[in-house]
Amino acid sequence: MPDSDRDIVVMTGIDKSFPGVHALENVDFSLARGEIHALVGENGAGKSTLIKILTGVDRADKGTITLDGQSVSPRSPLHAQELGISTVYQEVNLCPNLTVAENILIGRQPSHLGVSINWKALNARAREYLKELDVDIDVTQPLGAYSVAIQQMAAIARALVISNAKVLILDEPTSSLTTHETLQLFKVMRKLKGEGIAIVFITHFLNQVYEVSDRVTVLRNGLLVGTYPTPSLSRLELIRLMLGRSITVLDDMTAHKMESSHHIAVESLLEADDVGLANSVEPFDLSLHAGEVVGIAGLLGSGRTEIANLLFGIDRPDIGSIVMDHKPIKDFSPHASIARGVALCPEDRKVEGIVADLSVRENIILALQAGQGWFRRIGTKEQYEIADKYIKLLSISTPTADQKIKNLSGGNQQKVILARWLAANPRLLILDEPTRGIDVGTKADIQKLVLSLAEEGKSCVFISSELDEVLRTSHRIVVMRDRAKVTEFSGQVDEKGIMQAIAGSAS
Amino acid sequence: MNVSFARTWSKLTESMLFLPIAALLMIFAFDLIAIPGFFRLELKDGHLFGSVIDVLRNGSPTVILAMGMTLVIATGGVDLSVGAVMAIASSVACIMINPTITGMALTDPGLFLKDPQYSWAPLWMVIVVPLIIASLCGMWNGMLVSYWRIQPMVATLVLMIAGRGIAQLVTNAIKIIIFNDTYAYLGNGWIILPFSLYIAAAVFLAAWLLTRRTAIGLFVESVGINFRSSYYSGINERRIKLFAYTFCGFCAGIAGLIATSAIRTSDANQIGLYTELDAILAVVIGGTLMGTGGRFSLLGSAIGGLVIQATITSMLSFGVPASAIIAVKAVVVIVVILLYSEQAQKFIRGVGSVTMRGEAAR
Repeated sequence: MPDSDRDIVVMTGIDKSFPGVHALENVDFSLARGEIHALVGENGAGKSTLIKILTGVDRADKGTITLDGQSVSPRSPLHAQELGISTVYQEVNLCPNLTVAENILIGRQPSHLGVSINWKALNARAREYLKELDVDIDVTQPLGAYSVAIQQMAAIARALVISNAKVLILDEPTSSLTTHETLQLFKVMRKLKGEGIAIVFITHFLNQVYEVSDRVTVLRNGLLVGTYPTPSLSRLELIRLMLGRSITVLDDMTAHKMESSHHIAVESLLEADDVGLANSVEPFDLSLHAGEVVGIAGLLGSGRTEIANLLFGIDRPDIGSIVMDHKPIKDFSPHASIARGVALCPEDRKVEGIVADLSVRENIILALQAGQGWFRRIGTKEQYEIADKYIKLLSISTPTADQKIKNLSGGNQQKVILARWLAANPRLLILDEPTRGIDVGTKADIQKLVLSLAEEGKSCVFISSELDEVLRTSHRIVVMRDRAKVTEFSGQVDEKGIMQAIAGSAS
Repeated sequence: MNVSFARTWSKLTESMLFLPIAALLMIFAFDLIAIPGFFRLELKDGHLFGSVIDVLRNGSPTVILAMGMTLVIATGGVDLSVGAVMAIASSVACIMINPTITGMALTDPGLFLKDPQYSWAPLWMVIVVPLIIASLCGMWNGMLVSYWRIQPMVATLVLMIAGRGIAQLVTNAIKIIIFNDTYAYLGNGWIILPFSLYIAAAVFLAAWLLTRRTAIGLFVESVGINFRSSYYSGINERRIKLFAYTFCGFCAGIAGLIATSAIRTSDANQIGLYTELDAILAVVIGGTLMGTGGRFSLLGSAIGGLVIQATITSMLSFGVPASAIIAVKAVVVIVVILLYSEQAQKFIRGVGSVTMRGEAAR
């Protein structure tokens, strides 16, 4: 219940649509004075949209926001700041080549009679603000000289100074911090909380939710699932709320899958032995077989994508060895991986997948052509044949193969990227979130496709944050948590066990 | 005006070649009205002469440079050093024909004055060695940009400044005069049309075959549009860039040989001066996007090169003093920037859609 004495921010009935997406639907959110409020949900749940509305980046289509009992509608991030709502983003957006003090006080610099900057006072004040956050550093050094954690602190100090903030929003502040730095940040957060500042804490790390937050709000697919006092919500329950699954739906696909598991080759195609990379993923073992789909389950940031990047050669492991065809891999690059018959359909479609201004045809043949080299060009006629084949096979909806891929819908773009990798005819296909932002029907199509690829003798790695999807398609499931492989399930897997493994507790 | 016109119009205006061709036609239309005799052709001793021929002849080096520059710009970069590389190539060629200034004792020091065929090094080497050196210069740029990740503008600025110094060093800062008639043929010869025009055509054809008959063109465009996606797709994005800059250096070498042959002198200060700007302008007129890269059109760039030269020749014929030509170029730059702006593009395309709407209303 909204309570204007306790609550500083009350958002009611927030509704927001973007072309083709209903990002938020009738969402209520309230933030109490002096609390740390975690906001969780998988990708596309609506967390960032909600924050954008609160900070004036986007305007809500419907709904009201009150701040301190007064109705407000932030028009821009600057306006929100003036109202007392400050945000510190995931990537520190300060100027690394200015000094720490300049960064904190820029725009508010003390001056001599309003003419020249009073550097002494500037530095003294900056030092003072940082001291309040228990950070004692030389503020006359460029910001870039310090660790991300210190930069984060400077950003927080700036947020507090600039707006005299009553509400502080931390958008995934810990994603690039070490454990020690994270603890330091939590200390600051608790201190601010003690001073009555309300903090919204967005994170993908559930243990951090439990460590620092008082309440937690869960969003899923643009809908509010609920707000709960953190201590009274079990981890398992929280994950269930985030993923929206509780019972296993056994359908014919599962039966089909069981049947196809007889085709799995005994000999492994790829063997990762104690492979890891510092600051990316803890050492893990993994063996992949022809004819098998291995699912990787875990929350976002749990190390799923990091595994994919190591297997595909985007990253080079600093420990352990990956053996393929009985030969240890030495050459880590996408180019070399494709030559070995490994393909990765990357997570970020826009940045790592599509080449926006090229046609659907060119996007489809790109990896195949890259594998063939510069001079053995695929003839134009053959290009059209390949493109038309996959447009039909994956029912890609495009007027012609010559349409620019950027003019297609997200789901169809994803299919084109899939087609790119199918056309390259890999032996090992790694799919990182292949169904994100895709309608339900297409999702099922892609899942079926993955199973049929395995039946053809390909080895597939299927990464998804949707647990039922992983369950339905995978013969074996690897569970990741906090950037480490936790366990592996094979045969008849039980959903509860996997959820517990994802959550990291039996409660 | 009907719907089919509107369709044809929209297809026409969406083509990358629409604006360069339209620009060339507009300049020629101006010439037709304002400059009597601009299109007159004369056949003297089996050589064609006339203002249009002048445009083609003088525009050849720009067109050649624009071929390499197109690929570089398509990868999202730029090469400011082509003018300096031209100077290096010409200095190397000249010193190989006549190395006396290096203090080398020739059996007969006056030989190169007496014998119009004299060259210290064989002529094929006089052509090949400068081209190799020019390509290496391009490769150097490519290394800086792709492997050391230096901004193209800064990386190529190094050679733009240092290149002329290198060219001076090669010839001891002396202008070497070339008496070899065969070498002079590159820039002065005619086979009905100027010989340099055939070289430009050959370079264009080679560039086209190299990019469009192989996968290189696709890779260049892909890298320019989204280098991360290209990398994830297995394209060696660094090698593609290295290739583009190397090819650009090679083209600059050819342009340098023609330029030095045309004036029969190695002039490290003057050869290729400001040509990098013409080459970039030609590519931009040709429709390849500066800065972002991506889709490119070699034919567009070639026409772009001719547009620049046609403007210069027309203005000179019209009576604009040579010293004011640089101001004319500035006007061209402004017009190009305006024409390629999003608003102008929308307006041009809009001409078609307005007629379509008008038709529908009726």
